[in-house]
Amino acid sequence: METIPMPAINFAAVMPETILSVFAMVLLLVNVFVPGKQKAYLAYLSLIGIIAAGVSVFNAWDAPLALREGFNGSVLQDNFSLFFKGIFLVSAALTLLISDQYLNRENCNHGEIYPLILLSTAGMMLMASGTDLMTIFLGLEVLSVSLYVLAGFNRDNVKSNEAGLKYFLLGAFSTGFLLYGMALTYGATGSTKIGSIASFVAQNAAVTANPLFLVGMLLMAVGFSFKIAAAPFHMWTPDVYEGAPTPITAFMSAGPKAAGFAAFIRVMIFAFPTLKADWSDLLWILAVLTMTVGNIIALSQDNIKRMLAYSSIAHAGYALVGFAAGNAEGAAGILFYMLSYAFMNIGAFAIIVLIGKKGEANNNIADFAGLGFRRPVLALLMAIFLFSLAGIPPMVGFVGKFYLFSAAIKSGFIWLAIIGVLNSAASVYYYLRVMVYMYMKDPVEEFDWVKVTPAIALSLLISVAGVMIPGVVPGYLLQLAQKAVLF
Amino acid sequence: MLALNNYLIISAILFSIGTIGVLVRRNAIVIFMCVEMMLNAVNLTFIAFSKYLGNIDGQIFVFFVMTVAAAEAAVGLALMIAFFKNRESIDVEDINVMKW
Amino acid sequence: MLESLFFLIVAAVAVISSILVITCKNPINSALSLVMTFFCLATFYVMLDAPFMAAIQVIVYAGAIMVLIVFVIMLLNIRTETGRKTTHAILAGSIIGLFVLFQTCYFLTKGTLTGTKGAMDTALVEKVGHVELIGKALYTDFLLPFEITSLLLLVAIIGAVILSKRKI
Repeated sequence: METIPMPAINFAAVMPETILSVFAMVLLLVNVFVPGKQKAYLAYLSLIGIIAAGVSVFNAWDAPLALREGFNGSVLQDNFSLFFKGIFLVSAALTLLISDQYLNRENCNHGEIYPLILLSTAGMMLMASGTDLMTIFLGLEVLSVSLYVLAGFNRDNVKSNEAGLKYFLLGAFSTGFLLYGMALTYGATGSTKIGSIASFVAQNAAVTANPLFLVGMLLMAVGFSFKIAAAPFHMWTPDVYEGAPTPITAFMSAGPKAAGFAAFIRVMIFAFPTLKADWSDLLWILAVLTMTVGNIIALSQDNIKRMLAYSSIAHAGYALVGFAAGNAEGAAGILFYMLSYAFMNIGAFAIIVLIGKKGEANNNIADFAGLGFRRPVLALLMAIFLFSLAGIPPMVGFVGKFYLFSAAIKSGFIWLAIIGVLNSAASVYYYLRVMVYMYMKDPVEEFDWVKVTPAIALSLLISVAGVMIPGVVPGYLLQLAQKAVLF
Repeated sequence: MLALNNYLIISAILFSIGTIGVLVRRNAIVIFMCVEMMLNAVNLTFIAFSKYLGNIDGQIFVFFVMTVAAAEAAVGLALMIAFFKNRESIDVEDINVMKW
Repeated sequence: MLESLFFLIVAAVAVISSILVITCKNPINSALSLVMTFFCLATFYVMLDAPFMAAIQVIVYAGAIMVLIVFVIMLLNIRTETGRKTTHAILAGSIIGLFVLFQTCYFLTKGTLTGTKGAMDTALVEKVGHVELIGKALYTDFLLPFEITSLLLLVAIIGAVILSKRKI
């Protein structure tokens, strides 16, 4: 009997993913025994899982190469992916904390939401650390399939059904393009491992002229642009963000978007270094379109979730500015920006969860009228998050944008930076509009007594700390981000 | 042996027909079937490359694409059933509670 | 000669049945045409020395996924599409689709296979066996993706139960 030689496996390289998956399975079992009213315990239990995964991420920082590689080049847990894993864990943790109250109010408090969030986080992590197109593809699918379910989670609500179905149809459609791009790249280079593709491209300059290689790059860029909701592939975003349960919307705008960027950056920089001029131009156009479309349409929105959806499109555009720059500063800027975006956006959504009423009501901007007098603390927090989203100092949003745009200027994309700054200025209008309603108008109807559970209070506290502290002293986080992009 | 381009072109034709179907049809299940057709076209590309490169990686990729297609089918059809229960239709033009 | 004639016949059937998928009014007809397309693809896989992939193409796609789809079509009792005005959608769809087609065909005919050549050929497949080749690669080089599929299937199971079970 012939024995099969096994390659080096090295579970250390997939430790955070393993911890999250194991916790998800444990939660599925525990869920059966937890009575309906006490599903909040599941949130705390999954929070423990997230913290455990966070500890393993922390331990793996700066680990020697032998501990980073695993599964015969399928996965590489470098500092770049570790930083992204941190972002995913933060967004998952904040989402878990704000879910329970919403689910109770909407009367769909099924405990399965927590394992799904953990599993989608594991999918994102595999996307960020995957160095094989198969790993990236399957990580993306674990992420997407769980998000289709999460978007349609409130199954008695028509809007949620619609969001799930729409996300599913367009997500599956975009997967087709991504996959076609991967197939053509495989044909041009003879491998699906990014490492082998990189060494092949370095040795055979002729492959750059091969149309298969170019079209493969373009189709993969289209597929990833769908996932990060860059214009003109953003059509699904507003409807899905508006219809999905609010905590899930918060999650979708922070985590999966960052995961899309992680895989996008790794594939473009390592697999297509010789086409850099091409993809840089492509991203230039995408960035301008995305920022402009997102900001202009956001100006006329009345539903606050929809407004934040368009704003999240615009924010993907700002991050694309750093990507188009194509240098280390730009990549570090994306890392920093995605982390700060997770804090400020989920913070804003936490307030929306608190203000909302049953059946997804009370989500219009006009419903925030008079909040500043009736609930001063919540209004102040909302103002902080919105100012940060608008990029006003001393909040973290300003530092992130500053860093992205200066990276663009350094690599000579001065016009791109100018368009970015102009867009950022235009975006202040719609963020300020919410504030005008909160502080300068009288309430249309009385607010219900808002019960702030300890979980939501904790998530608000973390978000505010994440928005204010790096906003005032960004040095430490920036250094981490810079260290993460030293590939 | 046939030239590789024959297989690539037939798969490009199938992919395009799938794309047209997704954009033209309004029944969610038919749209999903068209997406499956696109994935199948990609599978053909993978296997053709695998054969002509003499490298099995492409066939393994097809194996995973089939798994993904099965998982997507399960979740997608469940979403359609949930939508149908509330709306009595799976016409995408009825996916319109939210304005564009 | 015989091979290219056979290829042409199968290709013609594949294209015609895939066009039927998007033109049939009744979803059941579309589904059955899609099964036909899948069989044609399985034939191609056999021609490309991938008999195992052909087998699971028939078993998984034509057998499992399409049965599921047909089952849901029957369950929901979907009527044929009513003739609403969709000329703009058809026009836009056809233009985009034909654009994609011409682009890819243009590039593909110009494209060449530049990748590193591997060691697998017809002789090896016949000597070792296709299943064994696939199995070895799956459990050594691609172990991690293989494990990820288990997570994917778990997610799909949870999702299907959560979304469509009558009472949860």
